[in-house]
Order: sequence, then C-alpha cells, then structure tokens
Amino acid sequence: MKFARFAALTLAAVLLPLAGASAQTVKIGFITSYTGQNASVGAMMDQAVKLWMKEHTKHLPAGVKVEIINRDDTGPNPEVAKRLATELVTRDKVDFLAGVIWTPNAAAIAPIAAEAKVPFVIMNAGTSGIIPSGGAPYVTRVSFTLWQSSLPLGQWAAKNNLKKVYSLVSDFGPGIDAETAFKKGFTDGGGTVVESVRMPLATQDFAPFFQKVKDAKPDAAFVFIPAGVQATGVMKAYQDLGLAQAGIKLIGPGDITTDEELINMGDASVGATTMFHYSAAAKRPANEAFIKSWKAEYGSNSTPAFPAVATWDGMAAIFDAIKAQNGKMDNAKSAAFLKTWKTDNSPRGPISVDPETGDIVQNEYLRRVERVNGVLSNVELETFATAVKDPWKILNPKK
Amino acid sequence: MFRWFNSDKGSAVERFVQRDALKPIELLPWILAIAAYYVFPSYLPLGSQILLTILFAISLDLALGYAGIITLGHAAFFGAGAYAAGLYALHVTGEPLSGLVVAGLAGGILGFLSGLVILRTSGLTLIMLTLAVLLLVQEFANRARPITGGADGLSGISMKPIFGQFRFDLFGHTAYWYCLIVLFFVWLFALLLVRSPFGRALTGVRENVTRMHAIGAPVRRRLVTVYTISAVLAGIAGGLLAQTSQFVGLATLGFERSGEIVIMLVLGGIGRIYGAFVGVVIFMIAQDTFAKADPAFWSFWVGLMLVLIVLFARGGALGVVDQALRWVRKVRR
Repeated sequence: MKFARFAALTLAAVLLPLAGASAQTVKIGFITSYTGQNASVGAMMDQAVKLWMKEHTKHLPAGVKVEIINRDDTGPNPEVAKRLATELVTRDKVDFLAGVIWTPNAAAIAPIAAEAKVPFVIMNAGTSGIIPSGGAPYVTRVSFTLWQSSLPLGQWAAKNNLKKVYSLVSDFGPGIDAETAFKKGFTDGGGTVVESVRMPLATQDFAPFFQKVKDAKPDAAFVFIPAGVQATGVMKAYQDLGLAQAGIKLIGPGDITTDEELINMGDASVGATTMFHYSAAAKRPANEAFIKSWKAEYGSNSTPAFPAVATWDGMAAIFDAIKAQNGKMDNAKSAAFLKTWKTDNSPRGPISVDPETGDIVQNEYLRRVERVNGVLSNVELETFATAVKDPWKILNPKK
Repeated sequence: MFRWFNSDKGSAVERFVQRDALKPIELLPWILAIAAYYVFPSYLPLGSQILLTILFAISLDLALGYAGIITLGHAAFFGAGAYAAGLYALHVTGEPLSGLVVAGLAGGILGFLSGLVILRTSGLTLIMLTLAVLLLVQEFANRARPITGGADGLSGISMKPIFGQFRFDLFGHTAYWYCLIVLFFVWLFALLLVRSPFGRALTGVRENVTRMHAIGAPVRRRLVTVYTISAVLAGIAGGLLAQTSQFVGLATLGFERSGEIVIMLVLGGIGRIYGAFVGVVIFMIAQDTFAKADPAFWSFWVGLMLVLIVLFARGGALGVVDQALRWVRKVRR
C-alpha cells in the first residue's frame, strides 16, 4: 500500500514536468504594415499585441504558450500579404492568422485561410465586401466596417440641418464604401450630396481638393481617408483654406480624427463631428483601464486609437478560443468559436461577432472633437445606435 | 553552340569559335534550382517569386546591360503583363500558357510604342522619359477602376490547371516548376540573342554609338527591337506573378519595383545574364531574412548591405568573382 502510494507519487513527480515540457505552443501569425504607407498604424497594432501578451499571458491554461510570429506586408501589397500568409500556414503551421491593416491585403489572405482551414481574425481592414453576406469560411472580423459608421452619420446629418454635403474619399474599397453608405443614409433622409470626389490613395497634399470644396459652398464636407498621418494632412488643408470660417463643417467616420493623431492636429480639429465605434476619451471603465495601462507602458503622449483596440479585442477573442479548448487547438473549433465570440469588456463597449457572417456587431457613437483639460479629445456625445450589424450585408443579402 | 567542354588549347580561331559554347558551369543555376525544390519544400512561394524576378532581371539586362538603355521604368512592362494576364484570366479563360502569351504581347506592344518615342533620346533625358512612361501607365491603372480595380487591384483570379493536369496548389509546387520551366526557355532565348550578331551589335551601340553610326548600323532600329524584346520578357514575368499569386495590384507598376530590379541587377553584375540570377537571389533572400528577423527595421539592414556592396564590390557579385579568379590565375603563374 505504502509502496503503491510512493510509486504513484514518484510517477506523478516524473510525469508532471513532462506534461509541462510537452506544453502546447499556440502560434499566431500576425501580419501588419511595419513599413510603407501607414506604418504608424502597424506599429500601434504591434504595441497592442505586446501589451496584451504582457498582461494576459499569465491567464492562459497551465502549460499553454502563445508565440507571435510578426510579418511585414509593406503597405497595400496584396501579393506580399498573400505570400506571407501562405508561408505562415504551410511552413510555420500557425493556429491563427491575424492583423492586416489594408483591405486588399485582407481580401488576398481570406482565400488562403479558407483553403488551409486556418482561422483568420481581421483586426483593421474595413471594407464590407471582404466578408460576403453569407460569411467567409474561417474569417472573422473584430474591427469595423465603413458602412457601420457612415450610414448612421448620413442619417444624423440629414436630421441635423445639413442640406448640402460634399463627399471626399480615398479612391479604394473602404473609401467607396464610406461614400456609398453616407450617401444612402443622407439622401434617404432628404439631404443632397452635391459632389462626390475620389482622391488617389497615396495623396499627401489635400489642399487642391479642399479648395474645390470651398468653392462649392456646401454645409459640410464628408471626408474619409485611411486613418494615420493622412488624417493630419486633411486637417491641415481644412484649416489652411479656412473652411471652418467659411461655415463648412467637417464630418466623417472616426478615421479623420483618429485619436493618436489629434495631438498633431491643433485647434482646426475642434468641432469636427464623427460617427465611430471607439474613442480613447470614452468614459467606460474598461476603456479607462485600457488607456491607463497603455500610457503606463508607452508614455503619456502615446494614445491608442481604434486599430489598437481592434487588435486588443482580437487578441482577447483568440485567447478565449485557446482557453475554451485548453490549448489543444483544432482549427475548425477555433473558427466556430470565434464566430460566436462576444464580450462586454471591450474598451469600445459591448461587442459581439455575428454568427451568420463572422463580422463585428458593435455600438456607434456620435462624437465631437473638443479640448478637455487642454487635451484634444473625441468626446462621445451620445450612443447613436446600439449593436449595429454591417448594414451593407443587410442591404445586399445576395453578395 | 552547345559544346560541353571548352578546351584552353587549340588555335586562336578555334577559341574564338568556341567562346560561345555552353560551359558546364552554366548548368549550375538549374541544378541549384532543382535541388532547392527538394531541400526547401516550405520555401516554394518565395522560390517562385525569386524565379520570376530573375526572369524580370534578365529582361532588364538585355536593355540595360547589353544595349546600355538606362531605364527606371521597366516595371511598366512588368505591370502591363501582370494586368493583361489577370484580365485575360478573369474575362477570357484561366488557361495559363495562353495567358502568358497575352502578357508578353501586352508588355511588347507597350515597349514597342514607348520605345519608338523615347529611344530618340539618351542619357538623363531617357531616364526621365522611362520614368514618365511608368508613371503614365501607373496613373492609368489607378484611374481605370472599372477595368483594373484601381487601388484595390484585380482579385478573384482563378487559374486552370496547366495542360489540364497540374493544379496551382497552396504549397506552390506547381507554381515553382511552372516559373522554373518558363525561366529556362527565356534564359536559352536570351543566351542565343546576346551571342548572335544582333547581340554583338547591341554591345557595339553601348560601347561606341558614334562608331556604330559611322559603319552604317541602324542604331535606333536595333535599340527599339531590343527594347521591345525586353518588354515582352518583362511582360511574361509580370504574367507569371499574376498567375501564381492570383492577384494584380498597383504595386506591380510601382517605382519601387523598377528601382529594386535595377539594384538587384547591378548587385549581381550587369551585361552578363547570370548577374540576374546572382543579384536577385542575394537581394530577395536577404530581404526575406531581414524582414522576418526584424519586421520593423528590416529596410535599414537591406540598405546597409547595399551600401557595403556598392562601396566594396563595384562590378557586382560576379565582378568580385571575376577579380578573384584573375588573381588566382596570376598567383599560379
């Protein structure tokens, strides 16, 4: 009896570390743009991953490790993104693909995820059509779609005495989504879009475009550019040409007043009204905790914006999937888990994934840029709509 | 032309006749490429990219290295080929080989038309004009959204199996062999071309254009011809990219692609065909390694490597090999 107990204990003593040694390592292939256009957004997403790993690795099931494999897709270069994703699934045998700033890159990776049966978590790219109305196998989006923000903004603008609006968007997928969605919401409410102009994606100097806006004398300019340094360029042109003085308001999805760039924009941005799913200035406890640990890690001048939050939530979803399977990853189960994932603890409020499409469902907040304690902030005025599904899929059920 | 052994003995005439015979060492790249398929099975997507970039570099070598046409706009033909192959696969058929023909034609037509105009000039003016052609084509592709997809690019391309047999698979096996075989034929063609009287005439134009005029050689016709041939090959390289990655974006027409291919060729050594092989392999493997080791600052390391090579190895990698061989021979004597 005694011997049996001794033997069992010895066996346990030998086997336990072995169980530890044969620990599950879960690999996440994280693709973003560390160089090229919008490298600053890529760096921010990378910071979000690092902060998440620092704070949450300890919450993983015992013996489970998470390894992040970083890859640089060098900007809107789908063929590079596609090759990197292929290598990640075939050579590194990752359990998840994640990240991706640019729509064309995400669109190029989605078929790889489906063919290799590896769950793909989109953490930024916001064109609705990346995920068709019936959903895309193995693809989940935790960020946003332009339709989610621009359609309600159009409805709001029509109700708030804006009669004539000039639309100015970057000439690529998300820009066209923003333009179409805003126009739908605005004209259905009785407003008129006087002109729709599409600017080349790589535009640096926005003055010529804003001069034309000024000449057209609309009530407001609806603008979309991919968030990042271009947002400051837009604000500079808006200020230099004196559009505010000419009585032309600036409205758009939150990309144009992205939180991390506000510090560079100056007072020109005060009064810009946007519809969006996240503001760093939001008063939710989950957000305040997130901002606090971000500033403790990266300094008080660094502010996380929506790409950081989507990355943060995406990591939360992936970690939940790992915990649900106790580290023994099965790709089909992970993908199924992600499509029903939800949390009330996101910095942007309650969010969930639409099980039918795999696309994000979240609140849309109406915000205005104001100085709060001397700091420019996107102040949330009201929760304009709750639990918004991607409207494009509802309007185009067959696509 | 194909003589396997090139003896050092024999008369001067014999040596002159034999100088174009294929030497055993010239088969080395092919042996390595086939070996790479078996040794690095998980690197095949990168491998196909390298092979099609070598093809692109060979096409540039014909214009830049042999005929002395300095160009910063070669991606125009690459991109034209890529878009042509992509559109052909989307709207006509996903059959790959006819798609490559279409890609070559698209590159060639653009090369011929632009060559007719810009090859009247030389030097800095020519460089600016090659760049201008590239920017025109790029802006056209950006603006013609209904045709090209603009900044979103052409997606949804699906290729049929080659000869109805070999499907393009996720692991890139088919794509690798496909690129390798196309590259092999292009290489043969390029060797025949540069070792023909036409090729010799090109070198004459590069070395002393006044003299070529003086002996009555049709200089401009030669230049337009080689520029067109070079554009056809660049178009084929672009077509390969479109077919193997099944996506075509504006980056195929980027100035970066034009600049990088010149860098890769110079890195290997210009005017010798094999410079394309060596330069592309060094550059792309270094870039891939640096980018994976340090995703945020890899471009710095690539830049540093280039600066060092320019400082210490002016003739490119093959130039260094030549110097070393010369030195060895000297020491032996």
